[in-house]
Amino acid sequence: MTAQFTILGGGVCGLATAAELSSRGARINVIDPKGAPGRHACSWWAGGMLAPDCEGVSAEPAVVKQGRRAARWWEKHGANVTRKGTMIVALGRDQADLATFARRAPAARKLDKDEATSLEPRVAEKMSSALFIEEEAHLDPRTALLELHTKLARDGVNFDGPLEGQIVDCRGLSARDALPDLRGVKGEMLVVRCPDFSLSRPLRLLHPRFPLYIVPRADNVFMLGATQIENGERDRATLRSVMELMNAAYALHPAFGEAELLEVGVDARPAFPDNQPRIRHMDDRIFANGLFRHGFLLAPALARMTADLLLDGKEPEVWYEDHR
Amino acid sequence: MPVFYGEHIESRLMLGTAQYPSPAILAEAFRQSGAGIATVSVRREAGQDTAGQDFWALVRELDVVLLPNTAHCHSVREAVTTAQMARELFDTNWIKLEVIGHADTLQPDPFGLVEAAAQLVEDGFDVFPYCTEDLVLCERLVEVGCRVLMPWGAPIGTGLGLNNPYGLRSLRAHFPEIPLVVDAGLGLPSQAAHAMELGYDAVLLNTAVAKAGDPVAMAKGFARAVEAGALAAEADPMDPRDMAAPSTPVFGKAFL
Repeated sequence: MTAQFTILGGGVCGLATAAELSSRGARINVIDPKGAPGRHACSWWAGGMLAPDCEGVSAEPAVVKQGRRAARWWEKHGANVTRKGTMIVALGRDQADLATFARRAPAARKLDKDEATSLEPRVAEKMSSALFIEEEAHLDPRTALLELHTKLARDGVNFDGPLEGQIVDCRGLSARDALPDLRGVKGEMLVVRCPDFSLSRPLRLLHPRFPLYIVPRADNVFMLGATQIENGERDRATLRSVMELMNAAYALHPAFGEAELLEVGVDARPAFPDNQPRIRHMDDRIFANGLFRHGFLLAPALARMTADLLLDGKEPEVWYEDHR
Repeated sequence: MPVFYGEHIESRLMLGTAQYPSPAILAEAFRQSGAGIATVSVRREAGQDTAGQDFWALVRELDVVLLPNTAHCHSVREAVTTAQMARELFDTNWIKLEVIGHADTLQPDPFGLVEAAAQLVEDGFDVFPYCTEDLVLCERLVEVGCRVLMPWGAPIGTGLGLNNPYGLRSLRAHFPEIPLVVDAGLGLPSQAAHAMELGYDAVLLNTAVAKAGDPVAMAKGFARAVEAGALAAEADPMDPRDMAAPSTPVFGKAFL
């Protein structure tokens, strides 16, 4: 049977779109020349934070609104989502940043020392004050991508099929040839193992120049991220960036001084000028792209709206452009 | 309106281009504030093979005069090399020269600054040095050929305003012919107005706008404050008067 839709790109955007369409009964091909999810995909290097309120401090309201449904969507599609919220801290000198953050993230509440200690004892050792956003969640992006890929194949999505039916282009930065206003925003990240540190939920360290987030993975492994530099490099981490991430982690807790460095990751996030994604209809192709630093947060909403458009002819409530 | 190296600029507000929530908000902040000059960081964004082209293309679309800078440079050599790269990239001899002397406070290195400025002037650059308000340093910068001075108000990103109004006033008095720009440390429009009231030609800021909850509104606020301060400076303001100790009789009381 021929496919109704062929999705180009097997990163978080392509797979989420495939999952959404497939779960509604559509026949799907996914084409990614690199095969299964891996280092070639920008989303491989993601933090996996489902944190709309934290992002809302600097992102547009639509990002917050559309991101709210992300955790439930990932759970529904089989991902192991941890719903333990986000903790936010700042070093002694940067307490003003904590006040600003609290003002701009209404969902954040201040923790007293006892609460902070019971939530994250190792963090509370070093931090005199902290904020907490209870409703947020996180997942392991690599496991989530690989499991979704496996599940889709099991559900009949064809990863070897020909290019047929309506083309949905989810190639991220590789689609720049067709989307001239798409740019790359470089991000560098580290993966470390730190047996002396523990963390149950993502932690954000506010800093005027070296903001850091730490996302816990299994087995005392932590993802430290991420720089945000206005260039499109995808394969070159600099010593300065790595040093800044390490310094920030070490300042947060000296236990990181003895952490084992497992990985230095780098890629460029696909972004439009307003750093919000788009569903763009051009000629006979539909592009879903521009997830910027919100791949796992916004791919579900983008996929849902793309599927509504393709299957029901319903125009997306945001981020839609018809260039035909 | 200010004239820098022979070029007339239509606004006394200069804005940096870093740290905005998005390039779209950056563009809107420029549009709504009428800022005349955009500074652009080159060192870290260039990467290899000038990978920063996409962002710079967006900055070029702002349709303002571009002033590339050497932010993130910690040595004379690094700053000079970055300036040369910036000249190629942006086809301009203008360079906002930063030689960072202290990695934490980003305080300028005055010694390296004079050395780098001398080399760049020799090489045909029009140098806008980011400096402290030290009079002797500023004299040295002018001696090596700088025709604009950009003393800080306070350390970069602090929003503390004018830490040393006396020093800034003193610079204005000593360099009546050199365009002066307060660069860095401003957090509020009132502080920008103060700089203009001291007779400065322009202000340059970034964080105060980019990190405001509403960058576009803050940019507009700064534009109006700069205009207000400049009008005040031109209007020859009254001198403040101390009425705490009466020297003349008060109405209803007998002359003494």
